[in-house]
Amino acid sequence: MHISEREPFESWLRPDASGLFCVPGGFHVDPHRPVPRAIVTHGHSDHARPGHDAVLATPETLEIMRIRLGAAAGGQLEATAYGVPHRIGDVTVTLVPAGHILGSAQVVIDYKGQRAVVSGDYKRRHDPTCAPFEVVRCDLFITEATFGLPVFRHEPDAREIGRLLVSLADFPERTHQLGAYGLGKCQRLIVLLRQAGYDRPIWLHGAMVSISQLYQRLGIDLGDVRPVSEATDRLAGEVVISPPSALGDRWSRRLADPVTAFASGWMRVRGRARQRGVELPLIISDHVDWPELMQTIEETEAGEIWVTHGREEAVVYRARQMGRRARALALVGREDEAE
Amino acid sequence: MKAFAALLDRLVYTPQRSAKLKLLGDYFQATPDPDRGYALAALTDGLATRLPVRRTILELMEKRCDTELFRMSRDYVGDTAETVALLWPAPEPERPLPPLRLGDVAEDIRGGDRAGLAGRLEDWLDRLHVTERWALLKLLTGALRVGISARLAKTAVAEAFGRNVSDVEEIWHGLAPPYAALFAWLEGRGEKPDAAGAPVFRPPMLAHPIEASDWDTIDLARMAIEWKWDGIRVQLAAGRGEARLYSRTGDDIGAGFPDVLAGARFDAVLDGELLVIRSGVVAPFNDLQQRLNRRQVGRKLLTDYPAHIRLYDALLIDGEDLRPLPFHERRKRLVAWHEAVRPPRTDISDLVEAESREALDALWAGARGAEIEGLMLKRLDSPYLAGRPKGHWYKLKRAPLTVDCVLMYAQRGSGRRSSYYSDYTFGLWTGDDRRELVPVGKAYSGYSDSELVELDRWIRSHTTERFGPVRAVEPGLVLEVLFDDIQRSGRHKSGVAMRFPRIARIRWDKPASEADALASLTALIK
Ligand SMILES: [Zn+2]
Ligand SMILES: [Zn+2]
Repeated sequence: MHISEREPFESWLRPDASGLFCVPGGFHVDPHRPVPRAIVTHGHSDHARPGHDAVLATPETLEIMRIRLGAAAGGQLEATAYGVPHRIGDVTVTLVPAGHILGSAQVVIDYKGQRAVVSGDYKRRHDPTCAPFEVVRCDLFITEATFGLPVFRHEPDAREIGRLLVSLADFPERTHQLGAYGLGKCQRLIVLLRQAGYDRPIWLHGAMVSISQLYQRLGIDLGDVRPVSEATDRLAGEVVISPPSALGDRWSRRLADPVTAFASGWMRVRGRARQRGVELPLIISDHVDWPELMQTIEETEAGEIWVTHGREEAVVYRARQMGRRARALALVGREDEAE
Repeated sequence: MKAFAALLDRLVYTPQRSAKLKLLGDYFQATPDPDRGYALAALTDGLATRLPVRRTILELMEKRCDTELFRMSRDYVGDTAETVALLWPAPEPERPLPPLRLGDVAEDIRGGDRAGLAGRLEDWLDRLHVTERWALLKLLTGALRVGISARLAKTAVAEAFGRNVSDVEEIWHGLAPPYAALFAWLEGRGEKPDAAGAPVFRPPMLAHPIEASDWDTIDLARMAIEWKWDGIRVQLAAGRGEARLYSRTGDDIGAGFPDVLAGARFDAVLDGELLVIRSGVVAPFNDLQQRLNRRQVGRKLLTDYPAHIRLYDALLIDGEDLRPLPFHERRKRLVAWHEAVRPPRTDISDLVEAESREALDALWAGARGAEIEGLMLKRLDSPYLAGRPKGHWYKLKRAPLTVDCVLMYAQRGSGRRSSYYSDYTFGLWTGDDRRELVPVGKAYSGYSDSELVELDRWIRSHTTERFGPVRAVEPGLVLEVLFDDIQRSGRHKSGVAMRFPRIARIRWDKPASEADALASLTALIK
């Protein structure tokens, strides 16, 4: 463990009104409003905002931003592969896989012998749709805490997919409408279903189509996926993936008495699932659960932990118990993701 | 435990009755005795335990989990049993442990052995996966809350084995967990269990609302005519020194009516109307409502709202099953028995006479007392048949009242209707200038599927505000609302409460300004 006796990290890396700012590099990481220079960890909309003058990100993230934001994706878009160091101002920046969604990256910043890692969103489980998380030893680790309470322990993916298949067998006359975040979660669910041997067409809400096509273009095999708009019947007994907001909404009336399923780490807590009127909650997440979060803090060997983006209190408490300096980092513009 | 936990887990999230029945039925067919019997007990009368489970679990948690993290988790989750189930750490080192059966747990807690409870709980929790831990803790703390009524569980058991729920209810109160005799009979391996002599619920006989075409087949000379009192239909069952009071659906409501049960020292099963009666006068339904849904009643309630049963019929008297007998014979036996036994807090509902349809109408028109809900026509030669057989009993309800209301709020329905705004709150104009609406009631029935679609569309395009599943709408749509009765109520802002409001017609044609005023509704209060 490196407990740094040098300058505090805050002298060169700190939150400002736009987000997390690296002073000697002159850039923000995932700023929530337009800035001259941004590094974007991944394509989710609370991280990849429109209107920056220059953006550095992985090629996949830039593709996603072009699809979602069009011309507003940014002025100058610079793609960089994982593992390639970039000199920016007085710092060196390297992007490293975060295992969250296709193209997601941690930002490794080296400055005067100190190393800070901004994790963005990340997970540790195997995900066939993206590169796996890599542990980077560092002095300062800035972690997300979406599921930062010990009650969050995600189930094995295969077990949850199995529950969906059981329900399909039990209610073959009903459509199974699966609510999921359109970027990342949707495509991962499709691949998990394929791995479980499900080979029927999977039907997509219009909002999921273009991103899924991008995944396919980038070499991720999703099998037979079709837009719901092309269906000729009510899709009884079929799997339909839609944004969570379409569950129980007017859009779902075209389906056959749908069983509403929802794939998210939030489904671990019954109150959250019931609040949304979900019939089949599937605990599948693109974020680390509590044990994985603790394991990651351990493995980075960082002496200082900043916690953002979720339930910071418990993570800070536990990190201090583990002998780390720890603080909550209040960043504007981060909400609970409905993932 | 695994199958039971999976069942509860799915039931919790399943809103549709048909889907619940399927999940329950599959479970009862696939699960061996005694596990399924204890599951049935947990879903019906509960597996009561006096063991200090909650306290013991919290003590165990203190040893196994950081107090501060437990507190933060508990605050977030909102339910202690669920928090413990989620937080319980896997035993270290990990080792294979024998699976835990529901039957083992149920028998253990029925044993009520306090010594070593902590050790046993710890062992059980270690042997279970998170969903099973949750189910175990729900079971032990006596609060399943999975949206299943006792009756639905019994229906599922009966239907899973091709029986009718009334067959199961008939014998239910003679049975005890884990119901081995019940399952043996259902599976054709044993005799039908005998409920003779025990004060058990017998499925009641119900009437059809009379329709115009029924008059062709009705011969008034062969019918008994009686008032339908405005209380709640009950069954009073007594025998073997015990007495029970059941609602029409078989729920035991006796705990709230010790005054009625105290006098029931006889051996009979009687059908009647539960009423509040003061010095021989039937009080309005509202008074009876003060006594309903209570587990205990204080002396003041007992004095101020004295309960009474007005008897209509007898199913069994002194061990003899009267149900095969015709109505006139049962009635004769009831009258003779009542004369001889004189049970307190009961009387017999009088028959009334009408030789012609005109006489009946005149009788009906003259009976406007609040205590009367309608008239019953019963064929003199009908046996007492469970359920709602056609062509035996008819009810004539008082012509319902109507009022033209303005739609104010709409709420999303549940289950099949969850994508529609299907629950409506409507109001009437108040004040001299009729500028303000005050809500007077809620309805979620009385419209067709296609009307629901139109209502939903109207609501979505006339929304003024949204609060979660509820939308406030512009005062622009008139609903003609039908209701059975109207009473004063201190609990509602309008000062009135409607009984059984439902939508008669959607008045797309009528401007909201021409809807009724609250005053016209209060004028109907008798
Ligand atoms: Zn994300
Ligand atoms: Zn995020």
